Amino acid sequence: MSKKTLIPIGPYHPLQEEPELFKLYCDGEIVKDIKWETGYNHRGIEKLSESKTYEQVFFLVERICGICSTSHPFAFANAVEEIVGKEITDRAKYIRSIIGELERLHSHLLWVGLAGHFLGYNTVFMWAWKYREPILDIFEMITGNRNSYAMFKVGGVRRDIEGTKIPAIQKVLDDFKKKADLLTGAVMDDPVIHARTRGVGILTKQDVIDYAAVGPTARASGLAIDIRKDDPYAAYPLVNWKVITAQAGDVFAKAEVRLLEMYESISIIEQCLEGLKKEKEGDISVKVTEIPEGTGNGRAEAPRGEVFHFVVSDGSSSPARHKIRAPSYVNIATFRKSCIGQTIADATISLAAVDPCYCCTERMAVAYDVHSGKKLMNAEELINLSVKRTNDIRDND
Amino acid sequence: MSTKTIIEEFKKKYGTEILGEAVKNEKRVIITIKPESILNVADYLYKTAGFRFIIASALHTKKGFEIHYHFSKDDTGLILNVHVILDKEKPQIESLSNMFNASNWIEREMHELFGINFLNHPNQEKLISEGNWAEGVYPYRKEFK
Repeated sequence: MSKKTLIPIGPYHPLQEEPELFKLYCDGEIVKDIKWETGYNHRGIEKLSESKTYEQVFFLVERICGICSTSHPFAFANAVEEIVGKEITDRAKYIRSIIGELERLHSHLLWVGLAGHFLGYNTVFMWAWKYREPILDIFEMITGNRNSYAMFKVGGVRRDIEGTKIPAIQKVLDDFKKKADLLTGAVMDDPVIHARTRGVGILTKQDVIDYAAVGPTARASGLAIDIRKDDPYAAYPLVNWKVITAQAGDVFAKAEVRLLEMYESISIIEQCLEGLKKEKEGDISVKVTEIPEGTGNGRAEAPRGEVFHFVVSDGSSSPARHKIRAPSYVNIATFRKSCIGQTIADATISLAAVDPCYCCTERMAVAYDVHSGKKLMNAEELINLSVKRTNDIRDND
Repeated sequence: MSTKTIIEEFKKKYGTEILGEAVKNEKRVIITIKPESILNVADYLYKTAGFRFIIASALHTKKGFEIHYHFSKDDTGLILNVHVILDKEKPQIESLSNMFNASNWIEREMHELFGINFLNHPNQEKLISEGNWAEGVYPYRKEFK
């Protein structure tokens, strides 16, 4: 057997700017084997959640992922509301769906931009990120934040979308439609993008079933799974829209699914805004006084696929166990199918095609001495060190 | 196929393996089975009944170690939790990773964080903390502070 060359991508990804390490074992230009190393940023969120109250957990899970920061609270709310067994108001449902779809829009734009950047097509990168800005502005108008919106709580949402804000949102959507046409055209009809992405990183339908991949990764391989349709929640059963699928399973198909999904998201938001006009303003939450004993399976369709939260309640004010499964956890594992046998240049875009989010998949950090097994630092020591360092800086100023 | 027929079919096949059952509604069902029958049950759900494996959640409780295997039937929105209770002292169960790759990472993670042993796992190495974590320390167990 010939000797293989190791090409590392990481420990800090040069483009995605997140900590991970892909080890590509190559023979010449061809990737023969691939391994993944992680754990650089594992934050212990599942364990931490057990020490927080239900109200606090929303803020915690929102920080799992910066880009899809509403999908985790969305799934968590679904899980807890299943335990409580209370239906939220229609107005809250519409607001939840509007936030969820705006997030899908900006997340897909971010991916399209990054994918262009990966291919060396920086025009797409700049266009996509420029068009993303007005959507973040809407977020700022509705929630006060461009990211991490803090909109969700058990029984509803925290802030209303008043009727006076609707025309401004509609105007951004109208403007965006024209730009989306331009961007979609630039990507779908470009011969260079075709050459770089068609037939690259193919995942067959059977691969997707085997790895249980979700979201656009699964839909691009012809598997029409979408939690918004399959297990409807919030306002999705109240509006008309369709699940976008493609058959080829290559990188181009994944881009196609994401681009076309943006149009569905715009349509869902517009219908939800119409729905809001019929509901009474301010009617955004129902009162929940206690969380009874029980288990809840909450899920939501994030831009990257199904987010799953499993919550076990023992009747106290914090979850007894909280399991989180982010979509990237199952999607990244498919790289063994999509990258082996490709050239190195194609492997980088294949790895990016699932829109991976490494922080989503990591949830624990403890420092141990490998040899003695002793903990190097506990939480209290860490806080004391931080206080000391801060005081040192102050004293020296 | 409605949830009712799916559950009836399941019971007809594995009636003797079932230890308990909780039907919350049309879309959420928990069935507790004997740990030794997990391979047969998962094989039926994945290959015959068309379920998708979402993830598995390990729990450390007074009863010992518990695992909920979450399976999704996407055309009906049903989540079927196959629940097993494992031994307190020596938690172990057959691995599902030879059947589908989807369980490969989560079994490694449960092994690493809870110390549950998965028999016949193709590659039960550490997933998150490769090479920089002490052996025999399981941070997601209740006694870990």
